[in-house]
Amino acid sequence: MKKYIDQGKNDTRSGFGAGLTELGRTNPNVVALCADLVGSLKMETFIEENPERFFQIGIAEANMMGIAAGLTIGGKIPFTGTFANFSTGRVYDQIRQSIAYSDKNVKICASHAGVTLGEDGATHQILEDIGLMKMLPGMVVINPCDYNQTKAATIAIAEHEGPVYLRFGRPKVANFTPADQKFEIGKALMLNEGTDVTIIATGHLVWEALIAAEALEAQGISAEVINIHTIKPLDEEAILKSVKKTGCVVTCEEHNFLGGLGESVARTLTLNHPAPQEFVATQDTFGESGTPEELMEKYGLNNKAIEKAVVGVLKRK
Amino acid sequence: MPTTQELQDITVQTRRDIVRMVHKVNSGHPGGSLGCTEFFVALYHEIMELKPGFDMNGIGEDLFFLSNGHISPVYYSVLARKGYFPVDELNTFRLIDSRLQGHPTTHEGLPGVRIASGSLGQGMSVALGAAQAKKLNKDSKLVYTLHGDGELQEGQNWEAIMYAAGKKVDNIIATIDYNGQQIDGATDDVMPMGDLKKKFEAFGWDVLEVKEGNNLEAIINGLKDAKSRTGKGKPVCILLHTIMGHGVDFMMYTHAWHGKAPNDEQLATALAQNPETLGDY
Repeated sequence: MKKYIDQGKNDTRSGFGAGLTELGRTNPNVVALCADLVGSLKMETFIEENPERFFQIGIAEANMMGIAAGLTIGGKIPFTGTFANFSTGRVYDQIRQSIAYSDKNVKICASHAGVTLGEDGATHQILEDIGLMKMLPGMVVINPCDYNQTKAATIAIAEHEGPVYLRFGRPKVANFTPADQKFEIGKALMLNEGTDVTIIATGHLVWEALIAAEALEAQGISAEVINIHTIKPLDEEAILKSVKKTGCVVTCEEHNFLGGLGESVARTLTLNHPAPQEFVATQDTFGESGTPEELMEKYGLNNKAIEKAVVGVLKRK
Repeated sequence: MPTTQELQDITVQTRRDIVRMVHKVNSGHPGGSLGCTEFFVALYHEIMELKPGFDMNGIGEDLFFLSNGHISPVYYSVLARKGYFPVDELNTFRLIDSRLQGHPTTHEGLPGVRIASGSLGQGMSVALGAAQAKKLNKDSKLVYTLHGDGELQEGQNWEAIMYAAGKKVDNIIATIDYNGQQIDGATDDVMPMGDLKKKFEAFGWDVLEVKEGNNLEAIINGLKDAKSRTGKGKPVCILLHTIMGHGVDFMMYTHAWHGKAPNDEQLATALAQNPETLGDY
């Protein structure tokens, strides 16, 4: 199996902050907005270097989304920053009407997604945001897996004309993708070729999928691991090519199985190449307080859960 | 600049357009549209500094955002007669495959419209963003908005109202269509909003009132006054006292015609009260 090295644990939100800093230096049209969470979103350097291009909105996310939509009128490329919960559910109608339906070039950048937000508990741990955002016509939905990929994604979305939802997280996790890897929206990344099962993972679950694949290899199971960082538009070609070879699939995401990556993959397979599928995802539940590791374990979102799902799906082949 | 008579002619023709549009499809919102006809005519034909043609960014020209999108009939008529799109297209209002959706949108590429509105309370935030973009672009032109008074019951407005004053967005003129009516009745019965002037002032806005909100001269004077108050560190608000349904006697002073179309007989009455001036579409 191909080896991946953790270059040093780091948080994906810092990847966003670094990407935004670079955009501040290279693209004069990029502006940033925040609803009182500058430190959490790692936006300090951008603000320090471009004070006139930063808008502190205060605790008023609905207003932030509207202001972002308005800033595009005049040629700006607004990046909004707040937690995933307040970036989506709280402001769904504002995004729907003023951004998505109005075809506005707004980048909705959402940190602290999923249960790995940890101790703050379920009020802040959104597990429905991918579904909410992917249902909006024209919305691109991206969930990068580590620091490097989040930084690259942040830079890449500035070049895409149209609304984007960029989802990342709070905890420090393995940073294993190459720092110079180009980010292509909608293009899946083949991390490990295998023949028995396809593991399709997004976000924090990608590293867990690699650990699982290694353990499975020791048991004689050859797992193909694909990193789907873009949930919409989905790289259907890559998925179908792999599942036609392996005959079964496990999808992995830090999100409810309703509305997430798994359902998008299932739809693709149902329409083109039906195959057994298992979902590593939360099971229509809210989260709770705890450490990220405890929550990943309890809600079945770690490498052990992926291993178990692979064993289960292989029996259904 | 158009003469007073010319503005009056456009106003009467716009009223005809409004009642004909909603009558044809037996749906739409004539009451608020009629109440704001003079405001739209004054704004587009006398006040706003506009460039020929339409581009979304609107750099170097004044911008207008309609927050209470349900009064699309007046918006469409004024845009068409200002030259943004063919007047004949008013025939397609609310029909399948039309650019003239029930509520305004950019989605079908209708020139003149820069944001979708209809779900209430979102327009001021958008306008503030556009106003901030103008400042970044060193563009000295202004941003105008219109909101229903009942619409102010939506909380997002007050986030925006707080922001505008707090961040000194002084290149915006927000007009409130102060007709005292909403779908379920008088605003004072549905959800009393108290003293709006004091509320805006308490939030830090410069507020002026136009008592005769259906009088072209009064509106023009009010808008000119408002314009003179921009650039002084405060956002500017106009409380425009209008009469819902103005210009069609049986639609006036009631919320009954908020979202209801006239029948054939009522249409004939309405048109008789507003004789053709510029030619029907």
